[in-house]
Amino acid sequence: MIRLHEYQAKRIFLSYGISVPTGYVAFSPDDAWKIALELGPPVVLKAQIHAGGRGLAGGVKIAKTADEAKEVASQILGKKLVTAQTGSQGIVVKRLLVEEAVNIDREIYFSIIVDRKTCKPAIIASPAGGMAIEEIAKNHPEQIITEPIEPIVGIMPYQIRRLSDFLGFDNNNKEAAHIFTTLYKIFVEKDCRLIETNPLVLCKNGSLMAIDAKMSIDEDALFRQKDMARLWDITQSDPSELEAQKYKLSFVRLNGNIGCMVNGAGLSMATMDLIKMHGGEPANFLDVGGKATPETIAKGFEIILNDPSVRAILVNIFGGIVRCDRVADGIIKAVQQVNVNVPVAIRLAGTNREEAISILKKAPFKFSVMDDLNEAAKEVVKLAKSA
Amino acid sequence: MSVCVNESTKVVVQGITGKEGNFHAFQCKQYGTQVVAGVTPGKEGEEVAGIPVFDTVQKAAKETEANTSLIFVPPSFAMDSVLEAIDAGIKTIVCITEGIPIMDMIKVRTVVKAEGVTFIGPNTPGIITAGEAKLGIMPGFIFKKGSVGIMSRSGTLLYEVADQVTKSGLGESTALGIGGDPIIGTDYIYWVKLFEEDPQTKAIFIIGEIGGMMEEQTAEFIQSNIKKPVFAFISGRTAPPGKRMGHAGAIIMGGKGGAETKIKALRKAGVTVIENITEVGKTMKEKMSKG
Repeated sequence: MIRLHEYQAKRIFLSYGISVPTGYVAFSPDDAWKIALELGPPVVLKAQIHAGGRGLAGGVKIAKTADEAKEVASQILGKKLVTAQTGSQGIVVKRLLVEEAVNIDREIYFSIIVDRKTCKPAIIASPAGGMAIEEIAKNHPEQIITEPIEPIVGIMPYQIRRLSDFLGFDNNNKEAAHIFTTLYKIFVEKDCRLIETNPLVLCKNGSLMAIDAKMSIDEDALFRQKDMARLWDITQSDPSELEAQKYKLSFVRLNGNIGCMVNGAGLSMATMDLIKMHGGEPANFLDVGGKATPETIAKGFEIILNDPSVRAILVNIFGGIVRCDRVADGIIKAVQQVNVNVPVAIRLAGTNREEAISILKKAPFKFSVMDDLNEAAKEVVKLAKSA
Repeated sequence: MSVCVNESTKVVVQGITGKEGNFHAFQCKQYGTQVVAGVTPGKEGEEVAGIPVFDTVQKAAKETEANTSLIFVPPSFAMDSVLEAIDAGIKTIVCITEGIPIMDMIKVRTVVKAEGVTFIGPNTPGIITAGEAKLGIMPGFIFKKGSVGIMSRSGTLLYEVADQVTKSGLGESTALGIGGDPIIGTDYIYWVKLFEEDPQTKAIFIIGEIGGMMEEQTAEFIQSNIKKPVFAFISGRTAPPGKRMGHAGAIIMGGKGGAETKIKALRKAGVTVIENITEVGKTMKEKMSKG
């Protein structure tokens, strides 16, 4: 999933005719000062990072004057923001959205997701906006409505009437109907995995406005969403995860010290679980793909070893169409190419396993080659502890 | 007996002139599968591994009586290929393609349901009835005709489990990957029903993973509908929330889709959940020999 920044999502909302507060992006405290002056204080300053929970973490502030806006901006910009969703390492704030403050009468929660149970898009809404949806679900489950949309025909007028009624709008509220219909239109046209506006507010003057905006785009649809692909701010992602993506490897950083390299996503997860079961902590998830070529294996070692906390590596390959002896050749080439300075345990299964084992045993690098995955997992935990 | 595919299944491979399609059409044929036709628009008249290539599925089906499609086309063409197969009257579709936009799959699934088509995948290694027919990319030699029906959201984990089941002496009736995407054509419940009715199948194995609620729904169904012994393995107990673990479908979102709740639901339904992936063969052999 590709997440967009709030300000990017708001520009898209606006281009479809959904009202959002007037605002601009500041990259420096001086920018914030100028924008505040132009908009006329008070203004709201919102840290633009790819994580929720910004408000509670101090990433959303109100400034009553342009000078105060500058001061607040200098406190947030360039600093790490740690929210409930960023993990303990936090994310550095590089962009601030500075926008007009709005007089709010009532807050509504509105989102569109892909509902895996019905296999359809679904609108989830609540009159108890402003809170996280998880919180509403826990404390006021009766205040949530779920409206699955038939993908072939789209959102129907009766569904809009039901939503309006539930959210406390008059049935003749054309603006509400327009917003519901339009958000679904954006969801489909931009290949979204998620659209959320929380809160969508009823202003004191009676108009509706999206005060917050979240959009995530289906990465599998980027081939036809070139505009969305261009909006992706890669500075928000882990560099190793980006590097892996370039080589079509699937990598996720974890907190442990045992590097894992496995072919296949399910087997990768099962291998991590096994390491944990034997008292170790996996440092990563890494699926080198069904083909596991010498190139992908070399790249895999390189990415794993970028993480200085890695003490040992477990390679687990189930050779099917790919022969194990080819994989073994790949491992040896990779070790020569990349400076592998931690012990490596290897488990190979499937086609030509014996040949592979004899190749690895002859290698100048000392691998712990195991027949049995369970033993290999135990071994790598031992290696990591003694390293 | 077996489930869904067997020695009389006649297969058309869509995307047969591509690298993957070409290689695997040949591998499937070698295994003994009746691969009777291939389709690539503009390549009619060519042959791949002795298999005639047609421009359209309609022509291929008419000329060769193909009744099942195996799809290898790139993600951007997948929706078109599936709908073309359905239009040509194909009733079973195996879609290997990984990376189909989710909105396309939502639409495809709606059509598949309306037309009563059995759709396997996408993002699947395929389906195999041991010793009869292989429609997919799995290594055939790890499967041996036997009594366990296996279904999985993951490819290599299917191989790992099948390998152990074969070595335990139990072997497989039919084994398949239902797909690693969030939206797939047929779910566990669909296959559990078929395995329950199949006389060759004596035990059912479910390989699940984090993401979605499918395992929980299946547990509920098993409790009141399935008499045969059911085994399961769930991967991803150490996966962090909010991160996609390789498969598009393997993600814990909004506090939902974690491994523990799946394991708990399956156990409650009387399913034997194996926690250590290396103990699959041993556990099944023990339980099955007790009868």
